[in-house]
Amino acid sequence: MSNRPVPHAKLAAEFLEDEPHRHFHDERLWDMRQKRDEQMHIMPEWQELREQASRLKEHTLAHLPQYLEQFEENARRNGIHVHWARDGAEHNRIVEKILKDHGHSSIIKSKSMITDECEMREYLEPKGVSVTETDLGERIQQLDNQLPSHVVVPAVQKLTTDVAKTFAKYYNTDPNIDDPHALAEAQRNAARPVLLSGDTGMTGGNFLVAETGSFVVCTNEGNADLSANLPNLHIATLGIERLVPRMADLGVFIRLLSRSALGSPITQYTTHFRRPKKGGEMHVILVDNGRSERLGMDDFWTSLKCIRCGACMNTCPVYRRSGGQSYGSVYSGPIGAIIDPTFNARKFSTLPFASTMNGSCTNVCPVKIDIHEQLYKWRRVLAERHEIPFVKREIMKMAGRLLAQPTMYRLAISGTEVALKTMPRFVLYNYLNPWGKHRELPHPVKETFHSWYKKNRLNRTKAQHEETQA
Amino acid sequence: MKIGLFIPCYMDAFYPQTGIATLELLEKLGQEVEYPMDQTCCGQPMANSGCNRDAKETEALFIRNFSKYDVIVSPSGSCVHHIRDNFDAIEQTDEVRHVRKNTYELVEFIHDVLKVREFPWAEFPHKVGLHNSCATLRSLRTASMSELGEPFFSKPKTLLSAVKGISFAAPRRPDECCGFGGTYSVTEEAVSARMGLDKVTDHHDAGAEYIVSADTSCMMHQQGCAERNGVPIRFIHIAEILNGARA
Repeated sequence: MSNRPVPHAKLAAEFLEDEPHRHFHDERLWDMRQKRDEQMHIMPEWQELREQASRLKEHTLAHLPQYLEQFEENARRNGIHVHWARDGAEHNRIVEKILKDHGHSSIIKSKSMITDECEMREYLEPKGVSVTETDLGERIQQLDNQLPSHVVVPAVQKLTTDVAKTFAKYYNTDPNIDDPHALAEAQRNAARPVLLSGDTGMTGGNFLVAETGSFVVCTNEGNADLSANLPNLHIATLGIERLVPRMADLGVFIRLLSRSALGSPITQYTTHFRRPKKGGEMHVILVDNGRSERLGMDDFWTSLKCIRCGACMNTCPVYRRSGGQSYGSVYSGPIGAIIDPTFNARKFSTLPFASTMNGSCTNVCPVKIDIHEQLYKWRRVLAERHEIPFVKREIMKMAGRLLAQPTMYRLAISGTEVALKTMPRFVLYNYLNPWGKHRELPHPVKETFHSWYKKNRLNRTKAQHEETQA
Repeated sequence: MKIGLFIPCYMDAFYPQTGIATLELLEKLGQEVEYPMDQTCCGQPMANSGCNRDAKETEALFIRNFSKYDVIVSPSGSCVHHIRDNFDAIEQTDEVRHVRKNTYELVEFIHDVLKVREFPWAEFPHKVGLHNSCATLRSLRTASMSELGEPFFSKPKTLLSAVKGISFAAPRRPDECCGFGGTYSVTEEAVSARMGLDKVTDHHDAGAEYIVSADTSCMMHQQGCAERNGVPIRFIHIAEILNGARA
């Protein structure tokens, strides 16, 4: 993984240059936010549900080892093979080993963020294992060799015309036919034979239930159920934070998940996997990959409450205008900006700054993660670790000194000439210059408030005072 | 009650008329107001950039300037948010706690503390689009936010409704951030300016002649975007309308 900071501002600016993409992306996601609002309005208990969901997750995270062991014990009793992966590399080796033991070499896979996080395809494909994504959006991203743009709608940054071109290249369809139904049909036709011939099915999962040793997969396309049930071998990968203690707790999250994500009351499919089918084999891989470490971070551990609904992305005015690819990460948008730096602080050092700190994300989050507060805290952490640009650091140091000295400060703003003399040229021309690229500067005024006050209040009072004395 | 008036740096330099209107308005409402001459800034630019340590001396100066007042009032929601919620580069002494607890944004001060609802001198015969900054909306909570689905309330709108002749435009996305975000406006200038253009266009399409706000920093950015793109809309701070500005 390259360590260079993701140039979010630059990538976002490029995304904005194309009018149709920019416009569609913003409106499409805003529409999802509005549909979410409609669902919220018809549920008077919405805020209570959020509070419950948040508490349940915090409780579970505070007792994570105990619940994980309970899950493992119950899952084993159900006949599920349970594996533990410390990181992505270990996860990938476990998958490789399971495949080798069965003499398998092709995986049909439903969408799962965590296998992308583990970079599983990149590991398995060079070893001769074919991995086929069966979720439409994820498949588009796979064909284009791109990371998912969004946790729920992975190809949302693309127009149907883009998809038509991609499918033409791989499925031999007409590049000029961009009718969504025709495109979906093309994907179905391409996916069905693969689904029928694949020897291993892989899914992610939304929830692990400790008391039953089962796991739950919420999807809309039905591809996860096909992927899981057609082959005799089912491998499911889930992060260790996906846990809920009891089946009864699940309802709280199921009610919130799809309403927050797409504004639909529930996903088309909510599948409970409890034991392998007759003659089949089921494996669950529980992945840590930095989660335990994050659980120990006072300021950031609550980001583990995330149920991956994407509501923060849909509402984020910056994400809507930057596109998911500009985050350079599996997890984009506000939630990505607070969890990505836990994976690589340098590479993702720009992301906590890709925010206006407007706080909309925090208030739509169904599990009440204080996302924008964490963005603010990450900025501090990154500045202290010197993971912010040198120029910015120097400017802030200078600004801090100048603003602490009233006399110097007055001198500095009293005229451009003085300002130009006090500030080095690189400050004025490299850093502040971007203001004027798409905006006018504020208009100059005759006098500052400071000097007006001196003339109209201080001197007047002084004159009155002298008058009374005389 | 002695009021210390805090006029943020950008307002002092670029929008003195807003500072003057704030002072005059408070005086009209019978308040004793003083503007400490050695004030500069609240420290927010450094703190928001992660360089909280660099805000230490600025915060200390702020305390030296304002701790002697019973209350501190400022016509800038985002600065008040910083002082109230994030002002922690310096040691939290009794003086610091006093200042943080008693600093008010102008609208909430008039609405909650003075409880004034009438401005008989004010008349503004225009259709306005009300822009609540994210700091006032989601931190100071002077208005309800769409994210929570709570019953509607708006302290700025309550005050403005007392102004003769005023009417309100209804933009499509009233709560959407305008993209200023302090240093964000330069570090991610393309996204910032796009958000600003979308914001002013939304208000203009809704028929607003003016955008009115309790935050001049948002409007400085929005004005820049409107002027560059030829969106014919004007900007005015709520203090100026409440103080009796006609245009």
